[in-house]
Amino acid sequence: MRILYTLLIKEFKQIFRNRFMIPVIFVVPLVQMIILTYAASLEMKDIKLALVDQDHSTASRFLTSAFDGSPYFKIMFRSEDEREALRLLHRDRVDVILQMKKGFGQELYREGPMDLQLLINAINATEAGLVRAYCTRIITGFNSQIRPEWKAGGGLSGNPAVEIIPAFWYNPEFDYKIYMFCGILVILVTLIGMLLTALNLVREKEMGTTEQINVTPIRKYQFIIAKLLPFWIIALFELGFGLVVGRLLYDLPVVGSLWLLFLFAAVYLFAVLGIGLFLSTISGTQQQMMFVAFFFMVTFILMSGVFTPTESMPGWAQQINVINPVAYFMRVIRMVLLKGSDFRDISRDFYSMIGYASVILTLAVTNYRKTT
Amino acid sequence: MPVILQQVSKSFGDVRALNEVGFQVGDGELFGLIGPDGAGKSTLFRIIASLLIPDAGSCMVLGFDVVKQYREVRKLIGYMPGRFSLYMDLSVEENLNFYATVFGTTVRENHDLVREVYRHIEPFRKRPAGKLSGGMKQKLALSCALIHRPRILLLDEPTTGVDAVSRREFWEMLEKIRREGITILVSTPYMDEAELCDRVALMQKGGILEVADPAEMSTREEVPLFALRSSSEVYPYLERIRKQEGCQSAWLFGDELHVTLKSKEYEPLIREEIGRWKEPSLEWVAIAPSIEDRFMRLIRQEQEPDSGHGAGIKYRTDR
Repeated sequence: MRILYTLLIKEFKQIFRNRFMIPVIFVVPLVQMIILTYAASLEMKDIKLALVDQDHSTASRFLTSAFDGSPYFKIMFRSEDEREALRLLHRDRVDVILQMKKGFGQELYREGPMDLQLLINAINATEAGLVRAYCTRIITGFNSQIRPEWKAGGGLSGNPAVEIIPAFWYNPEFDYKIYMFCGILVILVTLIGMLLTALNLVREKEMGTTEQINVTPIRKYQFIIAKLLPFWIIALFELGFGLVVGRLLYDLPVVGSLWLLFLFAAVYLFAVLGIGLFLSTISGTQQQMMFVAFFFMVTFILMSGVFTPTESMPGWAQQINVINPVAYFMRVIRMVLLKGSDFRDISRDFYSMIGYASVILTLAVTNYRKTT
Repeated sequence: MPVILQQVSKSFGDVRALNEVGFQVGDGELFGLIGPDGAGKSTLFRIIASLLIPDAGSCMVLGFDVVKQYREVRKLIGYMPGRFSLYMDLSVEENLNFYATVFGTTVRENHDLVREVYRHIEPFRKRPAGKLSGGMKQKLALSCALIHRPRILLLDEPTTGVDAVSRREFWEMLEKIRREGITILVSTPYMDEAELCDRVALMQKGGILEVADPAEMSTREEVPLFALRSSSEVYPYLERIRKQEGCQSAWLFGDELHVTLKSKEYEPLIREEIGRWKEPSLEWVAIAPSIEDRFMRLIRQEQEPDSGHGAGIKYRTDR
């Protein structure tokens, strides 16, 4: 115990004596949490709209004003000329064209099918999906409002319209920022845990200090624990720090139990540190390590569902995600923080993570040889 | 016998770093391993320190096998690697305390042993180890290797890259440590340091050429040795001397030429010949062979008989 304690003290002294560490732990995450959350946000404002109104009826004006009043849309162009609108779409001057053909209002009055055309620039499929969703929302709103008015005026009884009122559970304001923020926080905690551990271990190797350590009675397990524990603590601290920042900046809701989140993170970090340890055993220099780590991190992060839901990935990709620790935490942090899941809901992920951490740590420790 | 090596061999790929090395180090002895870079000294140290497993042969340290009982061995030895291996970002004091604690002791407990060494660096005890000069780094490394009062001290080239004054101090310290009853194994590429050892092993290309008392070693030289000195450059005469009848070998030694003769009878002839060169600054004298001369001749015996000086031996420039 005395040896372990001495080693830990030494490790913490070295970490905080390193001038590079304080910015890495405090400043870099802060900058990332601020910038990336907005950059990766899927929320859209000021969608550039071209309105082609060939009808000039009350109905078309009513719909136009509905779009005009929406904070999501900005009408860039109004005309009757659909070809001019198309040209603008080609030139990327507008994102979407709404075309109301002649007779739009008439059709509506006669309760026949309405003809309304929506042309969306779908180069960015996610963006196009969102634009479509926003447009549909406005048109549906228009629909439900206009019908009773016509009915009252015309006296024609139609079928009682089925109105769909979507309720956005767990994120009523449709705020992408908090969803993204959770993802960014997972990435940060993972980066800190994995890279700092691996860098520290490889650095010790590069400096040749292990040569001196190896002739002491320090045991292999003591050395490894003393190397991993500080970064485990720092990464958990980072999670707490991130949550505070999220609360202050984005009003991050904490629906579930923070204890549960930290419990999961604690196990998750063992797996992450295990990967870091493993990386350090297979690389001789910090450069080599960074290259291998880069490969793993990019794969893990992009597969984890930080931007796109994992459920929409092909089946084989979802299978691969079984070995992606980031995907587990990405899922759990959102479930606990945004949805308020309790232990039973995440128990499957929790036990999988325990298994994962055990396997990777065993592998890494076996690979780490104290004697050559 | 604290250290017993028998037929120790070690290869790295195709390179045979050690070839059936065997010798013994006596209790309380200051034992030197002398040889040029690449002779296999560091490999040998790492095997004795239980950091490297030999391919063949056995190495016993105080009765413990370095392979099977490495844990016992590590408690009893103090090892100072050739490359500075302490924590650069920890201070002098922190490094010393760290190694003391790790060995289950305290600085105070063994202060009397390290005092001699430590007092030189004590004024800088708050300074990070990485910011010390070469000589001070060596003293700190020695303090850390001594702090748990080892029975055997292994010093791999402790004075390489250290200034002349610090080197002398360092050897004085070793002498004091030895008087505490600690057996010392030290390697060095400097010949003058060899003469400070009780016994030395001359190493070359992974093998031991000879193990002997350095004082006795030079008397073993039966071939008469002469020096040709000059106030100016002596090198131009090397080839001329070599061409003389009766000259067995000649090599550059510092700023003079050392010459061995096939027999004493040739000496007057060569002296006359040199006189005929009409160089008043030239001086021809009989000298007692040093350990370095012995080493040079042994190496040449191993290699082709007439290679010049060299073999990577470092000369002191401050002699």
